[in-house]
Amino acid sequence: MSDPVNFVANWLKTVFTNWGVSPTWTTIIISIIGVVVLAGVALVIDIFLVWVERKVVARFQDRLGPNRLGPFGLFQPIADVIKLLLKEDITPDKADKFLFNLAPVLALGMAIALWAVVPLAPTVIGSDLNVGVLYIVAIGSISTLGIIIAGWASNNKFALVGAFRMVAQMISYEIPMVISLLIPVILAGSMGINSIVKSQPVWYIVLAPVAALIFLISSQAELGRAPFDISEAESEIVAGFHIEYTGMKFGLFYAGELLHALTIGGFFSCFFLGGWRGWGAETYPILGIVYFFIKAFFMYWVIMWIKYTFPRIRIDQMLNLNWKFLTPLALAALIMTALLDKIFQNASSVVYIIVMLGGNLVLLYIAYLVTGIYARVERKKVASPEDNRVNFPIKSGANIVETQSSERVQA
Amino acid sequence: MQTDWLYIGIMLVVAPTFAILALIIPRILAPHKPSKLKSETYECGIQTVGDTWVQFKAQYYNFALIFLIFDVEIVFLFPWAIAYRQLPLFGVIEGILFILILVAGLIYAWKKGLLEWS
Repeated sequence: MSDPVNFVANWLKTVFTNWGVSPTWTTIIISIIGVVVLAGVALVIDIFLVWVERKVVARFQDRLGPNRLGPFGLFQPIADVIKLLLKEDITPDKADKFLFNLAPVLALGMAIALWAVVPLAPTVIGSDLNVGVLYIVAIGSISTLGIIIAGWASNNKFALVGAFRMVAQMISYEIPMVISLLIPVILAGSMGINSIVKSQPVWYIVLAPVAALIFLISSQAELGRAPFDISEAESEIVAGFHIEYTGMKFGLFYAGELLHALTIGGFFSCFFLGGWRGWGAETYPILGIVYFFIKAFFMYWVIMWIKYTFPRIRIDQMLNLNWKFLTPLALAALIMTALLDKIFQNASSVVYIIVMLGGNLVLLYIAYLVTGIYARVERKKVASPEDNRVNFPIKSGANIVETQSSERVQA
Repeated sequence: MQTDWLYIGIMLVVAPTFAILALIIPRILAPHKPSKLKSETYECGIQTVGDTWVQFKAQYYNFALIFLIFDVEIVFLFPWAIAYRQLPLFGVIEGILFILILVAGLIYAWKKGLLEWS
C-alpha cells in the first residue's frame, strides 16, 4: 500500500489481461487513463492556485484576501470558474478567428502537457523521457508562443505591441535558461528528469547555486510575470496580449500562467532541490509526492514573492540584464562547473562539495564586482553633459524612472 | 521507450482537449448576443484608426540573430554534457574551447554595439 498509483496501474493491467485485451492495447488504455488522471489533477490544482495566488498576494499587500465563501474563502475559485463559464464570449470582428481561439488553448494545454515528465515520486512519473530537459524547454516555449499568437491574432495595436515585447523576452531568456539547465545535466550525466533527481544525494542548489539563480530569473521571464511582465504592462499597453479576451478565454490565459508558474516551481525543485527526495521516499513513494509538492509550492511562493516585490523593468533593461549579465554569467558557471567537477571528481565528497560551492560563491562575488564597475561607468556616461540624451539637466542617478506595477488581480 | 513517447503523444492530444472543453462549455451556457459595437476592437474607447497588421519595426532583430546562433550552438552542447562523465579532461577542455568561441562571438557582438537598445 506504499505505492497506490502503481498498485492501481498493475491491478488495471491484470483486469485487462483477464478480459483478453492484447498487451499493446492494455498499454495504450492505461496510458490514456494515466494522462487523463494527471491532466485532471493538474487542472484541479490549477483552480485552487487561483485561491493560493489571491490569498498570498493579499498577505503581501497587508490585506485579508478572499474569506467569505467557505472556510478561508476556499470556494472562491469555484465561484470564479462558474462566473467565467457564464460570461459572454466576444470575438472581435477584425480578429483572426482561428488563431484567436487557438492561443488560449496552447497557453493552458502546453502548461498541462509539461506535467507529463514531472517525476512526482520515484515510481510515479508520466513518462521518463531520456530527453526530458529538451522537452521542458520546447513545450514551455510553446506555451509562451500562445501569448505571441494571442497578441497577433487580436488585431489590436496594444496587443500587438505586447506580443512584440514577448518575442523580445522569449528570444533573450531562452539562452541563459538552457545554459543553466546544462549544469544539472553535466552533474547528473543524463537529460532524463527522474535520473537527475536520483543523482542528487546532495541537492544541486548546493553544488550549483549560480545555475539555480539564473534558472529562477530566466524562467520568471519566460512566464512573463513581474518584474518581466512588459508584455502585459497595464500602465502602458492596457493589458497587452489579452486585452481582447473575455470570459473563459481570458480565464484560460490566467489559469495557464498560474499552472506554468507552479510547473516551473516543480522543475526548479527537480533540478536543484532534489525533487521527491526526502526521508523514506525511496521505500514509500507516496511520501515522495508529498515532498515534491512541498518543494514545488515553496518555489511557487518564491516566484510570487519576486512578482509582488519588484517593480516592472523596461525592455532595454531587460535585454541588458539578459545579454550582458545572465548569459556571460551562465557561460562562466558552465565552464567552471565542467572544469572543477572533472578535476575534483575523485576527491572525497566533503572536499568536492566545498570546492563546488566555493567556486560558485567566488563567481557570484566576481559578477557582483564587475557589475558594480560597469554600473559606475554607465552612470558617469549618463551624468556627463555631452553624452546626455535627455535635454534637461539631470542629477546623476535621477534618470531611473520606474513604474510600480499595480496589478489588479483578476479571476 | 516507445511507451514513453506514446504517453507524450496522448498527453499532447488530451491536454489541449481539456482546454478546448473549457471553450465549448461557455458556448452552451453563456448568453450570446453579439452587436456591432461590442465586437469592435477595444483600444481606448474611441474608434480605432488605421490597420494593425502593418510592417512594424522590431528594434531587437539583432538580438534575434544572435539568439539563433546561440540556440543552435547550445543544442550542440547537450551531447557533450551527457557524455561528460565518460570524457577525459582533454575532452572537457575541448568542449570549453567550443564555449569560448561562443563567448568570443558574444564579445564581438557587444563591441560592435549590437547589444545596445536603439
